[in-house]
Amino acid sequence: MATLFFVLGIPLFGSVVLALTGQREAAREINVAFSLGTFVATCVLTIEVISGGSLFVWNHEFFIDPLNVFLVTLTSFVGLTTAIFSRPYMRVERDHGKMTPRRLRVYHSMYQLFGFTMLLALTTNNMGILWVAMEAATLTTVLLVSVYRTAASLEAAWKYFILCGVGIAQALFGTVLLYMAAEKVIGTGGGGLLWTNLDAVKAQLDPGIITLAFAFLFIGYGTKVGLVPMHNWLPDAHAEGPTPVSAVLSGLLLNVAVYALLRCKVLTDGALGSPLAGHLMMGFGLLSVVVAAFFLSRQKDVKRMFAYSSIEHMGLITFAFGMGGPIANYAGLLHMTVHSLIKSAIFFAVGHATQKAGTQNMADIRGLIKVSPTVGWGMMLGSLAILGMPPFGVFASEFLILTTAMRDQPWATPFLLLALGVAFASVFSRVQPMVFGETSVTALHHPPALLPVFTHLGLGLMLGLYIPPYLDAWYRQAARMIGA
Amino acid sequence: MSWLGVFSQLLEIVMALLLAPLLSGWINQWRAWLQNKSAPSVLQPYRMLHKLFNKESVLAEHASPLFRGAPYIVFGCMALASAIIPTLSTDLPLSPAADAIALVGLFAFARVFISLAAMDVGTSFGTLGARREMLIGFLAEPALLMVLFSASLISKSTSLTTIVETLAHRDLTIYPSLAFAGVAFIIVSLAENARVPVDNPATHLELTMIHEALILEYSGRHLALLEWGASLKLFAYSCIGLALFLPWGIAEAQAPLALLLAMPVLILKLAIGGALLAVLETVSAKMRIFRVPEFLATAFLLAVIGMLVHILVRG
Amino acid sequence: MTAMTELVGQLINLLASILLMLAFAMISQRRILSLIHLFTAQGAVLVAATVVVGYATQQPHLYLSAGITLLLKVILIPLLLHRVIARLDVRWDVETLINIPTTMIIGIALVIFAFDLALPISKLSVSVARGTLGIALACVLLSFLMMITRSKAVPQVIAFLSMENGLFFAATSATYGMPMVVELGIALDVLVGILILGVFMFQIREQFDSLDISHLEKLKED
Repeated sequence: MATLFFVLGIPLFGSVVLALTGQREAAREINVAFSLGTFVATCVLTIEVISGGSLFVWNHEFFIDPLNVFLVTLTSFVGLTTAIFSRPYMRVERDHGKMTPRRLRVYHSMYQLFGFTMLLALTTNNMGILWVAMEAATLTTVLLVSVYRTAASLEAAWKYFILCGVGIAQALFGTVLLYMAAEKVIGTGGGGLLWTNLDAVKAQLDPGIITLAFAFLFIGYGTKVGLVPMHNWLPDAHAEGPTPVSAVLSGLLLNVAVYALLRCKVLTDGALGSPLAGHLMMGFGLLSVVVAAFFLSRQKDVKRMFAYSSIEHMGLITFAFGMGGPIANYAGLLHMTVHSLIKSAIFFAVGHATQKAGTQNMADIRGLIKVSPTVGWGMMLGSLAILGMPPFGVFASEFLILTTAMRDQPWATPFLLLALGVAFASVFSRVQPMVFGETSVTALHHPPALLPVFTHLGLGLMLGLYIPPYLDAWYRQAARMIGA
Repeated sequence: MSWLGVFSQLLEIVMALLLAPLLSGWINQWRAWLQNKSAPSVLQPYRMLHKLFNKESVLAEHASPLFRGAPYIVFGCMALASAIIPTLSTDLPLSPAADAIALVGLFAFARVFISLAAMDVGTSFGTLGARREMLIGFLAEPALLMVLFSASLISKSTSLTTIVETLAHRDLTIYPSLAFAGVAFIIVSLAENARVPVDNPATHLELTMIHEALILEYSGRHLALLEWGASLKLFAYSCIGLALFLPWGIAEAQAPLALLLAMPVLILKLAIGGALLAVLETVSAKMRIFRVPEFLATAFLLAVIGMLVHILVRG
Repeated sequence: MTAMTELVGQLINLLASILLMLAFAMISQRRILSLIHLFTAQGAVLVAATVVVGYATQQPHLYLSAGITLLLKVILIPLLLHRVIARLDVRWDVETLINIPTTMIIGIALVIFAFDLALPISKLSVSVARGTLGIALACVLLSFLMMITRSKAVPQVIAFLSMENGLFFAATSATYGMPMVVELGIALDVLVGILILGVFMFQIREQFDSLDISHLEKLKED
């Protein structure tokens, strides 16, 4: 109980502190310190859950089970490494005059608040609070995306706000319907929004209402996941915000949205007894994979390109969970982990590369390997990893997803293979000259923060070769919870 | 058919004929007050009619019999419409004819003749007015039908007397569909009676006028009949509105005392309604003629939503 | 069901209808000033509906919720919007992307769609007012439509807020209100959201010299 208090309290307190001191020189270090504190607290929480099992806190309003505790750890870990990465990054941005002290204050404070909303969304047991936290996460990231105040970033932030606002409003309607269905079974005592209560009575929930509720929840949270017809906000928001924000958007926010979707799917499956939710997720997931793969080849901006790659991978994850069953769920969880690690590593490398080149246009970034071998290799390895090259973890999870698809949904495999092939060709053909071509860029004054890049890549590599037994047990348990 | 029925029918016709100009005068007076003008007397329309009946009627050289006949047809239609709408009592000898669709048909009949007559002489204003009138009619009629259907969904009959009987003598029930129908009905009646957002009855501004353009070529007793017909139309529309949305106070069969009460109640409702119409006309601005289709389409769609809401709430 | 609850149910249905009518009026409205008035009226109807439901179901927390709505949606946000349009001087903006009659026809289709979706559910509803869920859904979809068809920032924001109104109405009438924490959280989100959007409007104006969102299409796929 106390641990959870720290997990949520540290980032919240951090955002208040940084709102007051964010413009100072030391703010970047304070930011790292708070992120570190959060990470330590989540580690303690994880150990408690591993040893003691699922945990209810505060009148069942919060609830930690194997599914969310693994995401909590991942979130605070990526939050920490991104904070480390943003230290030198923000210094350069300030020296370039792109970040004023006021903007730095907004940035740091919102960074912590964003972490808080993510953790709140993950740990809450209340579907209503989950919605509130997701909306709050939208608000904080809108401010983060628009922090440069340029025309393009304002446009991206406006689009992001309006599209996600509309999307998430549908999720609220779905939540209302869910509550309506629950009230009939549980009564108006107020416990009708608690996920664990819903889970206990899910077989009795009215199928008609739940079908409609899931449709709305799917549109709502699916918008945040970046599934294809609702994906328009995602590339803009990734491309126009500061790079650390792109890293946490891809690495964390999308994961949490998938998590919200999973919680809804479990209830829907239980109430309907039919694979409707899974079919919806498979359909939209596959569509996202294919469409994003073809959009990848048309990108000129490096961050936009990797944003589309995030859509592709989110589609893949959604598809995996849509298939259901222990193996596909396992693969989906693994893919969430490695994608989060490797995509944020790529954004770290891209951030340094764009700062060196002074542009995000891929045609103008050349020969990174000569200027800064570490950044160049980081980007090359990251790209190979995200494209599913062995021995990285993405290969393992994609392999699992593909083989399960061949067995359960053979119709989908050609599409998946085609999309993965197209994605490989387009990303690799662009990254290769960026890393190895003739150079024109100059070296940076500040040493890049490469620790986060290689930590993430190393972890991604490790997950491809060897999954530690406790992690394995953890995935299995979570996969079983998600069910068919 | 009872003697009381025949009596109330006669009373209703006489009252409609007599009260209609008074209603117009009452609205004009209120409009003048609200616009800080010195108001004409309430009896001004009677004086107007009196003057016109005593004047010679000048006809255009090429006017056909249609042109001469149209005022009588229009007046007759409007008088008949006022007679079949249950304003005082639902026990009327003409009530079998009081069908919602027939009523709309009656208005359409009058509209066709006045438009033909306006084109008959061949002046440009007449043609212009006729075309505009047909445009409005074409859009207003379906909306009016929809409004009446919303009400008939509740009583499951298109007979006006049945509708009024069901609506007036029920337990207090709120029908959300009638709220939509009410708003739609107000829009339609504003358009049909050439009131302000659509047409301004007080001006002869050539670019915007509709109703005045239609009757520009008439004079003397023909004009008097048309003006009287117009005020009867307004009276008829007001009575439809009152019957559908505020039906309380209309007498039922075999209730002479209720009939006695019905008259002052009707006059009171008309007086309030007229004043409200004047307020509405004062606060809104005349819209461009191209906006009118949109305005009427709104009425139609509102009425449709009203019916849908009815189905949803009952279903 | 007693006559009293019957009447209350009908009253809620009536308020729901007025809400829908206002949503419909909004999509057919061109002037920003009238839009704000309509939005305020919608908020007031929402407050009335919440109070009626609270009274009918004896749930005092709904009064609190009504109070928050009154404060936020009838007083604070309209005031804010009035100030924004006065400062930006955009009172007479009238453009829409699709012409209004077409929008209204699409609107009707949406209403039919919403009712059709909600009809089977409203039959199951235990709530005093049965039709309200469909009407609330229709309101949400109409606001959604308005959001798509408006090219200016302020109408878009108003559409966003009116969508929130529809959702709130769904929550109160279909489920007698969400738990208090959730409602407070939603209200906070809305408030913060509108403040951010308000700030954005000034910045967009500064950057583009216009509040026309169609200027915001530099970030296209090419």
